[in-house]
Amino acid sequence: MTEPRLAPRPRRRGRRQLLGYTIGNWLLALFLVPTAILMLMPFVWMLSTSLKSAGAVFEYPPTFIPNPVRWDNYLRLFEVLPFARFFLNSVIVASSVTLLGVGTSAMAAYAFARLRFPGRDALFLGYLGTLMIPAQVVIIPNFILLRTLGWIDTYQALILPAAFSAFGTFLLRQYFLTIPSELEDAAVVDGANHWQIFTRVILPLSGPALSALGIFTFLFNWNSFLYPLVVTNSVSMSTLTVGLNTLQGQYNTAWTLLMAGSVIALVPVLTVFLFAQRYFIKGITLTGIGGR
Amino acid sequence: MAVDVTSSPRARAARTRSGRLQRRTTLTAYGFLLPNLLGFLIFTFLPVLAALLISFSSWDLLRPPEWAGLANYQRLVEDTTFHRVLRNTVIYVLGTVPVQMAIALLVAMALNQRLPGRLFFRAAYFMPVVASTVAVALVWRWIFHADFGLLNSGLYMLGVDDPPSWLQSTRWALPAIIIMSIWQQIGFSMVLFLAGLQSVPPHLYEAAKIDGANGWHRFVHITIPMLSSTTFFVLVISIINSFQVFDQAFIMTEGGPANATNTLVFNIYRYAFQFFQMGYAAAMAWVLFAIIFVVTVVQFRYQRQWVHYD
Repeated sequence: MTEPRLAPRPRRRGRRQLLGYTIGNWLLALFLVPTAILMLMPFVWMLSTSLKSAGAVFEYPPTFIPNPVRWDNYLRLFEVLPFARFFLNSVIVASSVTLLGVGTSAMAAYAFARLRFPGRDALFLGYLGTLMIPAQVVIIPNFILLRTLGWIDTYQALILPAAFSAFGTFLLRQYFLTIPSELEDAAVVDGANHWQIFTRVILPLSGPALSALGIFTFLFNWNSFLYPLVVTNSVSMSTLTVGLNTLQGQYNTAWTLLMAGSVIALVPVLTVFLFAQRYFIKGITLTGIGGR
Repeated sequence: MAVDVTSSPRARAARTRSGRLQRRTTLTAYGFLLPNLLGFLIFTFLPVLAALLISFSSWDLLRPPEWAGLANYQRLVEDTTFHRVLRNTVIYVLGTVPVQMAIALLVAMALNQRLPGRLFFRAAYFMPVVASTVAVALVWRWIFHADFGLLNSGLYMLGVDDPPSWLQSTRWALPAIIIMSIWQQIGFSMVLFLAGLQSVPPHLYEAAKIDGANGWHRFVHITIPMLSSTTFFVLVISIINSFQVFDQAFIMTEGGPANATNTLVFNIYRYAFQFFQMGYAAAMAWVLFAIIFVVTVVQFRYQRQWVHYD
């Protein structure tokens, strides 16, 4: 594939070229470049506004390069609201939900995919039956339950109800079923128990499904808004999305601050995405999750 | 694990052995299940049943709940705000899903060509999907700003003297939210379409070319049918997700002005957590489920007429 080209590549018949690109490529670029610019524009505008002075925000015509660059907007952001705390809360909640969710789902999925036991089909049907029920149906009873337990405004309220989705168990069970069981037979002959088969045979073979579920569970919970909005009410227990909403409530038209806050909420996720693009894309095509 | 049905002593011994084995397997299985099952029962399964009961009650969380029969559902039938909310949500779904899917298909077909910078383009279209809706809703609120927003500044420069006031306008607020949502959802559909396109065997196109089919014919007779299972999947998922729109409406307009962007989930939120009418909110949540369920079932029923699986 990478053999050095000695002679100029022969032109394909019927295709004219301009600077090495075919006419078709130029037409494609004519469509793709402007639309890609439109897609990126809001991000650029967000970053640009977050670095402007309060007065420059209202200039006409609008400029994309801030002058002067006001880095202190970000300092001010951390003064008006505890954004470091919001950040920490989001990290704690999203990673706990991911670890707890993927871990327990994988165990349950192993039981559903590999073991025969009374009640299996009925239980699995129970899991399946709730898959289509929107989260807004269960949020009301969950709120009442957490309130009764006195858990409103706690980490367990933010983490536990979000961690045990039926979807994760369903997804991993389907994946485990595609792993040929002959692979486990050798382990069984060697006297391995189910826990050893699970941790040493099944899990290592399920990398793509586990990482897809992990990535999207984290992403979903990092970006989640309605649920943390409902189960928290103090500033110190807010996640980033709820904190942004508080910021908007207090500084409704302080666009430089609002945009700085949005940048803070986006940077970690977008950075990880740009470096691990492959896994996100593969995850979506493997599982179909990630849409909204 | 077929069990012998004869009753010879050997078979019986084997049966008790296998019975003991089965008991052990059952114990192991429930051991594996327990952590997830407990969480699932407490935070999903039982709440679903509770939500059904709550929807037949009147409950403000201060006094104990009272049985209300079908009163909440009857109230929905007469509630004109709720009708408005339903209409808004349906307009949102119809305005978002087809446009988003059409653009996504075009982009996917363009990116399916050998093209320098493909990875860059794919990342650009996909970035809004991973971004927090709250954060990007804030920047779109700023873009749609009536006086100083990027959009209206651009429209002034193009010579539009009287651009809409977008989020403050009862007429343009919902279209503004639809535009923002299309922007956010293109990437997800595009990735699935791209995967679908890559699984179309190239020899089909070669054969069609030899037969003299032009680009449009190849698109209509090869690409569209070969993509139909992907299209079906994208359609079902996009519709389910779109019916649950909330973050945009909450951040950009708070359902306003005058309920112009009040959506089903936003209305559920208001009734449950601002007005504390748990019963009425739960009834609305079940209506949301019923709509999603019926729309999905109908799509599955009619897929035979246009979806081809190979």
